[in-house]
Amino acid sequence: MTTTATPPATTTPSTTGARKLPSVAEGPGVWTTGPRGALIGLGIGAVLLLVVAPLTLGGFGLDLLGRYLCMAMVAVGIGLVWGRGGMLAMGQGVYFGLGAYIMAMHMTLADTTLEGESIPTFMRQNGVERLPELWGIVQHPVIAVAAIILVPTAVAGLLGWAIFSRRVKGAYFAILSQALAAAFAVLIIGQPVLTNGSNGLSNFQSLFGWDLDDSGNRLVLFLVVAVILLAMLAVTWQLYRSRFGELLVAVRDQEERVRFLGYDPALIKTVAYMIAALFAAIGGALFVPVVGIISPADIGVVPSIAFLIGVAIGGRATWLGPVLGSIAVSFAGTQLASAFPSAWVYLQGLLFVLVIGFLPGGLASVIGLLRRRRPEGRGGGRGDGSAGAPDEPGDDPQDTTREATEPEAAR
Amino acid sequence: MEILISQLFAGLSLGSVLLLAAVGLSLTFGQMGVINMAHGEFIMAGAYTAFTVQQILGSAGVSLLVSLPLAFLVGGLLGLILEATLLRRMYHRPLDTLLVTFGVSLILQQLARDIFGAPSVDVRLPELLSGPVMIFGTPVPASRVFILALTVVVVAGLSLLMSRTSLGRRIRAVVQSRELAEASGISSRRTDALTFFVGSGLAGVAGVAITLIGSTSPTLGTTYIVDAFLVVVAGGIGQIRGAVIAAAGLGLLQVFFEFGTTASIAKVIVLVIVVAFLQIRPQGIVATRTRGLA
Repeated sequence: MTTTATPPATTTPSTTGARKLPSVAEGPGVWTTGPRGALIGLGIGAVLLLVVAPLTLGGFGLDLLGRYLCMAMVAVGIGLVWGRGGMLAMGQGVYFGLGAYIMAMHMTLADTTLEGESIPTFMRQNGVERLPELWGIVQHPVIAVAAIILVPTAVAGLLGWAIFSRRVKGAYFAILSQALAAAFAVLIIGQPVLTNGSNGLSNFQSLFGWDLDDSGNRLVLFLVVAVILLAMLAVTWQLYRSRFGELLVAVRDQEERVRFLGYDPALIKTVAYMIAALFAAIGGALFVPVVGIISPADIGVVPSIAFLIGVAIGGRATWLGPVLGSIAVSFAGTQLASAFPSAWVYLQGLLFVLVIGFLPGGLASVIGLLRRRRPEGRGGGRGDGSAGAPDEPGDDPQDTTREATEPEAAR
Repeated sequence: MEILISQLFAGLSLGSVLLLAAVGLSLTFGQMGVINMAHGEFIMAGAYTAFTVQQILGSAGVSLLVSLPLAFLVGGLLGLILEATLLRRMYHRPLDTLLVTFGVSLILQQLARDIFGAPSVDVRLPELLSGPVMIFGTPVPASRVFILALTVVVVAGLSLLMSRTSLGRRIRAVVQSRELAEASGISSRRTDALTFFVGSGLAGVAGVAITLIGSTSPTLGTTYIVDAFLVVVAGGIGQIRGAVIAAAGLGLLQVFFEFGTTASIAKVIVLVIVVAFLQIRPQGIVATRTRGLA
């Protein structure tokens, strides 16, 4: 209603893509690797992570890489909701934190039992005498794992359904998810008796009875992390090619039309959000044994948003982009942050400004931009329009319809 | 009774701080569809302006009077620069402005850290504002009364600006229909810049006010930005009236629940209430009616 003729919403890609809905997976912005490409991609990843990395990296290097891989799991989920689904989830740290804290609680308890104590040290220091019930639940490993999977997914499901079914979207959703992250961090800091407050939980000895100091066990842990990440990639690849994946992109581009076609966008979005939450939770749960500490500093507003930058750099709507971008950013972060802490923050800020402001499709779109010069023209050429590089608007008569249907998003 | 009054006042006081932080945001977010995460850092810039002015002038009272307009200018100029360099290019991508301005806020925070240092600094209160004032026989901090009054003045001023001045008319015209406004000879570009100047300037003023009730640190903005956003969302985007109601409501709710539980639990409850409220009224408390589907 307001503003110009450009499609207003979040990701303005390809009204072209939406117009040929059936083939959306081949359309611009949603370039999906074919089965062979996916196998090659996963194969290369598997060789690199499962063979090359353990052989070349020492224990310390593997731990670092394992940490990056855990963060990358969150990025896979963000790629799904944000890149494909157009929902800017700024609070994934919540689900990461839920998974991590459940795991950390379980591990702390297991260690406590090993030491022959009944309650964790920090609780004793806080004057607690009986184990809080919340902790007692996750004492059993099976229940802990189930909780890691179920709790974040359920929270995301409830919250997502509440938000999406009322058609709260765009910026509103982003702000709510961000507020969720803020509230969650505040909640954890505010309950020092239950969570050890801002110190977080750390000093873990064992995971499911395995000694975490043993280098062989650490190698196995790394391999498990790598395999899980690869499995997540396989799952997302399959999702992106499925009807669900096509619908997700369609919802991102033209939610109203999907609704008119008889699908329920709220359901599609909620499911995507739940999957992303699950991935983040698993990443968080693995983060704890790999890194050895979880604290509110890892899950608040700023870390939650920081997850996004790797995804944006890699190409938010691509299959492998989020993972690669996330690993690259984590790597750069650890390299720079210790040597030049203030320079790293400036660089991070600049990356947000430059990548999202000027290269919204991420590095993956560079290929597309080059391809665009080919005579075949805009239709097939825009490698990644996902972020709607301000593409010449107005030449699409449907833009107007779109504005008529979505005034809310324009404001 | 005394508890009730002091609780009520605490809620309104918190609400007024929230409103002061949110009103500029509401202006830029609502009227231009730009989500400015750096708004919190403009607040911080205002707070540091107050600190710097006091360092130079010494007298707490005079420096407060000087820093209010000066912080408005500082915030406004920061906003102008941001608008002209980045946001102007991305009006059609509201979600992306969110992330770009987050990048800007990271940079501004680090700048503050490098200039003023990471530890927080304190601004001295003027004599007049340091003691308590009696309201209905209940002592309340004078600084909070001052903030309440400042908020009333600022909001009243903004409503007058929007309803009576030519700038306000132009802003409303551009919001209602950019094309039509341009066709009538209004420079939407200049209007955008001015709106951003005013909105960001108000953040600066909010920063000065916040120095009166707490210390100033580089992360000051992050403490307020999320709550300010909630006020804007719950109030209805771009609605000053809605923002006033929402800020008062959120402030009262927060204080009310804090009374029974702790601050952190209260915060979570308030968020849940906002989400639940958006279930009933997704468009916020006050909304312009459209024939849109959304």
